[in-house]
Amino acid sequence: MTITNQYSEQKAETVTVAKTEPDQFDIGDWTQTVGDPLLDDPRLSARNVDVFYADNQAIENVSLDIGKNEVIAMIGPSGCGKSTFLRTLNRMNDSIDICKVRGEIILDGQNIYDKSMDVVELRAKVGMVFQKPNPFPKSIYDNVAYGPRIHGLVSRRAELDEVVETALRKAGLWDEAKDRLDKPATGLSGGQQQRLCIARTIAISPEVILMDEPCSALDPIATARIEELIAELSENYTIAIVTHSMQQAARVSQRTAYFHLGKLIEVGDTDKIFTSPDHKLTEDYITGRFG
Amino acid sequence: MTDQPLNAIERMATVKQERMNARLKQRYNRERRFKAYGIASISAGLAFLAVLLVTIFSAGIPAFQSTFIQLDVTYDPDALYIDDASDPEQLRFADFDNAVRQSLLARFPDVTGRNETRALMSLISTASGYTIRDRLTENPDLLGQSETLWLMADDDLDLVLNGTIDRTLPESERRVSDLELTWIDDWDASGELDRRFNTTFFTRGDSRDPETAGVWGAVVGSFYTLVVTLALSFPIGVAAAIYLEEFAPKNRLTEIIEVNINNLAAVPSIVFGLLGLAVFINFFGLPRSAPVVGGLVLTLMTLPTIIISARASIRAVPPSIRDAAMGLGASKMQVTLHHVLPLALPGMLTGTIIGMAQALGETAPLLMIGMVAFIVDIPQGFTDAATVLPVQVYIWSDSPERAFIAKTSAAIMVLLGFLALMNLLAVLLRRKFERRW
Repeated sequence: MTITNQYSEQKAETVTVAKTEPDQFDIGDWTQTVGDPLLDDPRLSARNVDVFYADNQAIENVSLDIGKNEVIAMIGPSGCGKSTFLRTLNRMNDSIDICKVRGEIILDGQNIYDKSMDVVELRAKVGMVFQKPNPFPKSIYDNVAYGPRIHGLVSRRAELDEVVETALRKAGLWDEAKDRLDKPATGLSGGQQQRLCIARTIAISPEVILMDEPCSALDPIATARIEELIAELSENYTIAIVTHSMQQAARVSQRTAYFHLGKLIEVGDTDKIFTSPDHKLTEDYITGRFG
Repeated sequence: MTDQPLNAIERMATVKQERMNARLKQRYNRERRFKAYGIASISAGLAFLAVLLVTIFSAGIPAFQSTFIQLDVTYDPDALYIDDASDPEQLRFADFDNAVRQSLLARFPDVTGRNETRALMSLISTASGYTIRDRLTENPDLLGQSETLWLMADDDLDLVLNGTIDRTLPESERRVSDLELTWIDDWDASGELDRRFNTTFFTRGDSRDPETAGVWGAVVGSFYTLVVTLALSFPIGVAAAIYLEEFAPKNRLTEIIEVNINNLAAVPSIVFGLLGLAVFINFFGLPRSAPVVGGLVLTLMTLPTIIISARASIRAVPPSIRDAAMGLGASKMQVTLHHVLPLALPGMLTGTIIGMAQALGETAPLLMIGMVAFIVDIPQGFTDAATVLPVQVYIWSDSPERAFIAKTSAAIMVLLGFLALMNLLAVLLRRKFERRW
């Protein structure tokens, strides 16, 4: 079971299961993350983040920087807290009553969990793409235009048309969608829907895009397109991607973070993590001894 | 390998096929029996429904016909005791019944004496005098002349014609005497009786005389009552459901509210009637028997139904849609108004219409607030005294006149018709607004 964007109860349960399993891969006396979690000039930095679902601790003392225009992959076995951590980065966990976050996450010099932080403003800066494509049951155009509209980013229709076209072009969906912009988005294929969701996210020009296993519901060809897209987008955006596929992590990311039982075990350049990891657990995981 | 003793699973495998076959037959038999129970219960339900419908329809059909008598009416100034039909003051005191009486006596010259005349008059509707008055008011020149009119017959004559009154019974056990029967047969033989579709039933209010009683007053009363109910319960119910589902913190208080809403749905409706009597009429001083009070009471009764169904349909909106909107930075209200509400609307409408249908059929609480009164006039507004369809059924079922049996069933048919119409509307609305995601 993975942590997904399902109901809160389910989520809490998932974590419980993960924690109460006989822990054959015990971390032992874990003290700190191996590798180089901290950067000189980060876009987003997490410091000593703890996340609790009621009494279960899902994330334990994670500190991690995400650099500018980098793609960072978060990997780890099911229930390790990687999705939970990703969702703390734009406060998607706010809607879950039992979820509590401790620590600091700093974006543009401000702690996003600060009382003065407006969550609407935050999510306009940190967009999110979900595991299952979730277009609104509206037209393709309205899906992409929704973000700019609610934030009042455009004043004229022509301007909005341009934003929609640019977003669809960047998401590589323009050629397929330009003749059916007024058709329901639910008529698109799964891969097209996911690219539409990406277009919808970049239409509000975020600084950071969070992707929660964006390809897990797609076939290999659609997955390949999304991966290409991630590479293109990384020129302009900072991307944090959670994935179950180690090949995907290796293909798309520059840095990789390995989570295990709510702890950040190791962070480093993707090449290094996949060739010569420092921590035994990381090595066991990437060589497929568990996961 | 072979000389090793077999383990439990291997031993079982040797007899697997045989045991499975035996068991399989048993399993299929059980399944067949289980299906048969279901079919039996559905058949029983359908049979009861059929009995109900057949009873109501066979009893109600006669009410849709009424008999008219052809009569040469003389607008005799001496019988009417007037000399100028264009004078409203004179018309007010004119004796139209006497004109009817004289016309009847002219038709049957053999009739003599008070008792026979009264018996003859009893065969024609008491509304006939009003028919003549209306004719004369419209055409004052008719005074002194005569014309042929079709006048409505009394309900007893109807009952004789449709066989409800048994002619073979001895006269003492019959409502209609032998003499009256001979007059009826005389009319019938000479083609002076005509059975027509009963438009009165659909255009008039209640009456003590079955032949002039109609459901229109009750239909209009029901309409006004339901308008009030819908206008109040839909917005309040949907707003409450949205708040409870989307905004309310999950704590003790909201739990108590939730339990109470569910309990309210099961409270006997007469209790709401007593509450309405105490609060709306006695405390706030709203008029008795008025659709506005009926609507308020039915709102209280319908709200739990609407809240529960609206909450269920809000909960059925996939969380992924909420996530998507929230991930784009939509505020909670935007998520609710732009995404949750449109997707939940079909379910909410269905629940609301079912609640309305329930309210349309509700009798008990309305008895408490005086909507059970005998009201002849068609209500003209929300504060006029009115009654509603189910209460009209109740009033008629309680009336002594034989012809009201048919009227009762006919009113039930009208009520069932409206209920079917509302359910159809629910289905159509759901189809129209249903969106796929």
